[in-house]
Amino acid sequence: MVSYTLKGAGFEVLEAEDGVKALGVLANTRVDLIITDINMPNMDGVTLVKRVRAGGNHASTPILILTTESGDERKASGKAAGATGWIVKPFAPEKLLSVVNKVCPA
Amino acid sequence: MSTPSFGSDELAQFRRTFFEECTELLADLEERLGALAAFSSDVEGLNAIFRAVHSVKAGAGAFGYTVLVGFAHRFEALLDRLRDGKAELDERTLAALVAAADVFSALVDLARQGETPADDFGADVAEELCALLDGEAAPASAARSAASAPPAQPAGDRTYRIVFRPNAELFRHANEPLYLIRELKGLGTLTVDCDLSRLPPFDAFAVDDAYLGWTMTLRADCPPAAIAEVFEFVDDECELIVEEVGAVPAKPEEAVPAAVPEVTATAIAGSSSETKPAESKPSDSKGAGKSASISSIRVDLYRVDRLVNMVGELVIAQAMLAQQFTESHDQDDPGALQGFEHLAGLTRELQECVMAIRMQPVKSVFSRMPRLVRDVGHKTGKDVRLEMAGEQTEVDKTVIEELADPLTHMIRNAVDHGIEDAATRLAAGKPAEGVIRLSAQHAGSNILIHVEDDGAGLDRDRLLAKAIDKGIVPASAKLSPEEIDELIFAPGFSTAAAVTDVSGRGVGMDVVRRNVQALGGRVQVMSTPGKGTRFTLVIPLTLAVLDGMVVAVGWEKYILPLTSIVESFRPGRGQIRVIPGGGEVVSIRGEFVRLIHLARVFGVEEAVADPCQGLVVLLELANGGKLGVVVDELIGQQQVVIKSLQDNYDPVPGISGATILGNGRVALIVDIEELTRLHDRSARIADTTRQPIAANA
Repeated sequence: MVSYTLKGAGFEVLEAEDGVKALGVLANTRVDLIITDINMPNMDGVTLVKRVRAGGNHASTPILILTTESGDERKASGKAAGATGWIVKPFAPEKLLSVVNKVCPA
Repeated sequence: MSTPSFGSDELAQFRRTFFEECTELLADLEERLGALAAFSSDVEGLNAIFRAVHSVKAGAGAFGYTVLVGFAHRFEALLDRLRDGKAELDERTLAALVAAADVFSALVDLARQGETPADDFGADVAEELCALLDGEAAPASAARSAASAPPAQPAGDRTYRIVFRPNAELFRHANEPLYLIRELKGLGTLTVDCDLSRLPPFDAFAVDDAYLGWTMTLRADCPPAAIAEVFEFVDDECELIVEEVGAVPAKPEEAVPAAVPEVTATAIAGSSSETKPAESKPSDSKGAGKSASISSIRVDLYRVDRLVNMVGELVIAQAMLAQQFTESHDQDDPGALQGFEHLAGLTRELQECVMAIRMQPVKSVFSRMPRLVRDVGHKTGKDVRLEMAGEQTEVDKTVIEELADPLTHMIRNAVDHGIEDAATRLAAGKPAEGVIRLSAQHAGSNILIHVEDDGAGLDRDRLLAKAIDKGIVPASAKLSPEEIDELIFAPGFSTAAAVTDVSGRGVGMDVVRRNVQALGGRVQVMSTPGKGTRFTLVIPLTLAVLDGMVVAVGWEKYILPLTSIVESFRPGRGQIRVIPGGGEVVSIRGEFVRLIHLARVFGVEEAVADPCQGLVVLLELANGGKLGVVVDELIGQQQVVIKSLQDNYDPVPGISGATILGNGRVALIVDIEELTRLHDRSARIADTTRQPIAANA
């Protein structure tokens, strides 16, 4: 859903199935924005955020986490790990783009 | 709507315009009168009421509605005296004004229908007006002059002072103040002043610390919540003060800067900038007095509807063209591809603009309700307060018009049947005054309207007894509490023990449900005995477009509303459980979600039957519940133009409309809320025929 919307808006999107693979992608490519789910196999979103913030290429790249409406403590834990902001699922495409616009150079 | 018919009958055209204007003026009058009842000394309100009456009078004179003119004259005279402070606005006068507004509105209606009012029509009210005029002819006191009265708060621009000082944490989380300021700029006119005072000497500079702060003045027509939303991600990583400062004068000719603190004056050269909002919305100027009539024009609804339709066709044509292009060319022409993307963006924007023309705040219908609550409260001898929220929520004009009747009915019901009398309330440990809450909010592509009372809740025993009595359900029926509550929507159901003057005149909640369904929406009821009842109307924001996900089921294509989709996945074998009675659930992150096969509900053959071979689309329903829908595959995201099935064919259960896909094929849009009910029904039939025992489970 995220990638459909972003591609539609003209962004180039790289996808990874879980946190470990995401780190692999990030090691080789420089990106402007990272969007991650919290629940993922192998490495969850919060750990991913911590690992990215810990150092390397993307220590100061904006990171958005995907949460559900009920996920207040998830927002908090994501934020504590170093996430830039969050997107609440389900979302309207315009909402996603407006949040992205808020953290990322246009 | 009728087409304009010039030439043969120009007078009729003028007359129609006059009555359209009357409708607006009377609505405004009603609203102002309500405000007047709440805050007595509102000179601006009196002025507005006077203007409304006066405008109607002028038009009525031109068309020769003499009775209307005569009445308006007296009404006007009393208002004039109040305006000049020559009469006091007491209980009696207020009651007379309210009664006069009713008669006035009835006279306009009669004139519209081409009927001549009876001689004594509204005579008692007219006499009361005369009595008030004569009785208090002498100036009561010169103390209250119009000039010294507090000015009314203009509904237009608001000014905020925002002090924003990020701390280092904000930067560590990769937030960027610049982008936030850019967001603010999008809300209105922003003046930015950068505070460099905390900058250390160069050798004490730390790269990862925060030194800058900003003081900004924002002039915008937005609630404080919109500003809070901009800082949503950073509010615990900065010092933030947002305060509303003095309102900007309503009249454009008055000097504006007087009310705005002179922040820019102290700015460091070159660091302050002023930006204009891209384009102010047409509705912004509403309520700003005279300027409204200059910045808006009256357009026949028919023309707007044609425009909406044409843009809808344009969207479809553009999608078809794009599809044909991608099929016939291998995509080696980046220029053309880019052109298509640009065209798609423009089309979408055009569509949004056109839809925005039809959008109006629900305020216009909400504002009639305080009056209704007061009236019904009086008649039933109950003390009831109405609380409203979200009046600025915008929705399609047609929807607004169709909302008035259901809302009136539900609120009347809530006062009459929902709220108990004072003695009963006190005995139950509640405050004597009952509260009714009316609120509107956006939820995805829907608008939610709640009508909530803190009364006794639905009397389920009586509901059931009544339903059995009327033969709506068999005497042996075993219904769940929710199913009993649903009975109030059954046709011809009236529950009041005694049919009162207020409600119970034959139109029941079934009419409400039908009205709302005609808008493509639905009504839900939730009741807690002793605590109250809540009705929720879920209505699509617009009746024209939808962001959809196209899914394939067998040879068929269906559209699922995008805003309801949480995610999609292919479940593993272990995630699927079969429950007794033939239902299936899928386990996702420790939660069990029921599965519905679209192919089974709609009888599609040759579709994937095993969820593990196909895909499960996880949907969130309006009540917060979740539902897994089994489909073959996802085709893609697309904005679709809704074509009504009801208009062109007949309503189909589980389908909210149809659309034309890029390849010219018709796809049906799934009504996901209806889906569960449809599935339950077919499952229940299956249960009773196959396994009668499971029905008790």
